[in-house]
Amino acid sequence: MFLLDIIPIALEQGLAYALVALGIALTFRVLAFPDLTVDGSFPLGGAVCARLIVDGMDPALAVCAAVGAGFLAGCATGVLSTRFKINSLLAGILIMTILYSINLRIMGRANIPLLTVATLMTPLESLSVSRYIPVIGFFFIVAATCKLFLDLFLHSEYGLAFRATGDNEQMICSLGMNTDSATIMGLGISNALVALAGALIAQDQGFADVGMGIGLIVAGLASIIIGEAVIKPRTVFRLTLATIIGSILYRFIIALGMRMGLAPTDLKLATGLMVIFALIIPAIKGSKEGKVHLRGV
Amino acid sequence: MPPPMLVLSEISKVFNRGTQDQKTALDNISLTVNQGDFVTIIGSNGAGKTTLLNIIAGTHNPDTGRITICGDDITRSPEHRMAAYMARVFQNPTTGTAGKMTIEENLCMAELRGCKRRLFRWGVTRHRRQQYQAILKTLDLGLEHRLGEKVGLLSGGQRQSLSLLMTTLIPPKLLILDEHTAALDPKTAAKVMALTDHMIQQNRLTTLMVTHNMHQALRYGNRMIMLHRGRIKLDVSGPEKEQLTVKDVVQKFELSLDDETLLSTHI
Ligand SMILES: Nc1ncnc2c1ncn2[C@@H]1O[C@H](COP(=O)(O)OP(=O)(O)O)[C@@H](O)[C@H]1O
Ligand SMILES: [Mg+2]
Repeated sequence: MFLLDIIPIALEQGLAYALVALGIALTFRVLAFPDLTVDGSFPLGGAVCARLIVDGMDPALAVCAAVGAGFLAGCATGVLSTRFKINSLLAGILIMTILYSINLRIMGRANIPLLTVATLMTPLESLSVSRYIPVIGFFFIVAATCKLFLDLFLHSEYGLAFRATGDNEQMICSLGMNTDSATIMGLGISNALVALAGALIAQDQGFADVGMGIGLIVAGLASIIIGEAVIKPRTVFRLTLATIIGSILYRFIIALGMRMGLAPTDLKLATGLMVIFALIIPAIKGSKEGKVHLRGV
Repeated sequence: MPPPMLVLSEISKVFNRGTQDQKTALDNISLTVNQGDFVTIIGSNGAGKTTLLNIIAGTHNPDTGRITICGDDITRSPEHRMAAYMARVFQNPTTGTAGKMTIEENLCMAELRGCKRRLFRWGVTRHRRQQYQAILKTLDLGLEHRLGEKVGLLSGGQRQSLSLLMTTLIPPKLLILDEHTAALDPKTAAKVMALTDHMIQQNRLTTLMVTHNMHQALRYGNRMIMLHRGRIKLDVSGPEKEQLTVKDVVQKFELSLDDETLLSTHI
């Protein structure tokens, strides 16, 4: 059937990009920090991983290196914004722009193909079943693990104060939390997740490309908004669940749109409109509640 | 003899120095607060009361002067380090609690005030939850069965009472209250004030309380300070304070201060 064959695509992409959405939810939703580093840290993850694999490193280790690089990129944005008081949006844009050059340097060119080398996906693809089943299973396990990790983290003693940093910075500062380091840490973790996604997706699609991160923040926000429409994010557990479900639904909607004739080049237009629409609904309804609370803008 | 609880020596603070909006908020203030003192602070709008508290709490750094708590020099300590010494309740009930988090999560964060917050330790454990339930029961606000509810759903009075409870969960060396009943309706304000006094007496807390309400300032505490234009204009304690009436203060005011001084005397 016409719809059935887009389901595995939506699941694979949705679960893979769910890591990006989780990272964005951690900054935008939990920390209330509008972090734009993501568009740069995603290809950073892909670039570091691809380069290291091509240079002969074990793919698993290459992924770890990519995660570390993403963490550092997030921390850089955090330091600019907290220690040097640069507007949070600008700090993200600065690091994102800088990362473009860095990613080109790391790769040595704009694109590294990974089709001829052994990656984490190689053993999955050599199984005798349809390629989708092991790949979807793999991304499901990764996304579920990251969700669980975030759930646990956000309920730890540190995690409570971390959430309060986004909710009421003044209060938790007066209770002894260094909110600057919490912000830096949060941006680091968020971008580590995003870079992990970049590293895994590069291996899945068979190449890393310097442009692979363009528009990811908006796509991530769209995923979160869709997810929250389906599952009210009353608790941390539900927020992370909504984010993953939203990511799958978003990819499903996109796949459906393309099937119905949406040009791939209009994808970002459609996604952007989706987010704008979701953001202006509360304004039109006149409700105060839906207004997004963001720090440091 | 142990060092006094809090010593401010020659503290000054000027905002927007060198601009048209230059404003001397604190002008060479010296103040010594002893262990167990409950000091009420009054003064007209813009007298510098909040700035004084902010400087003690590390929110602002003073331009000149020195602050010590229990003999430790804390003049340039960042705000989050001050949590080991003091706890605050703010004027706005929404400032003292995290509205999107639950009652028990807020209490847990308060229990860890000034302590190390561990990454590998669960926050609201079953043990903690039971403790919070028992403590909330004593407050009699009906909150003991709502531990898992978001604080944002509470009324202003409930939220402010919770903030108070949060400050005394681990008794601080110094309790700082900045017009913490001003945003509440009179009846709730009286209730919260009674609770405040009870907690201060029970824990023998050294307290600085800014209030707009002169009756409150006279009725509670063993010492009263009046600020005007960043200076201490009146400092009474002990029996002298007990005999003071609102009328006395107003008269004294008019003798020593300009006409623009307005103190609200409503209850
Ligand atoms: N962050 C600030 N920046 C500039 N001016 C300030 C700031 N905080 C306070 N002031 C000024 O300092 C003076 C004292 O303010 P404040 O301490 O808030 O007074 P009070 O709490 O007694 O009403 C006021 O004139 C106020 O405008
Ligand atoms: Mg004030």
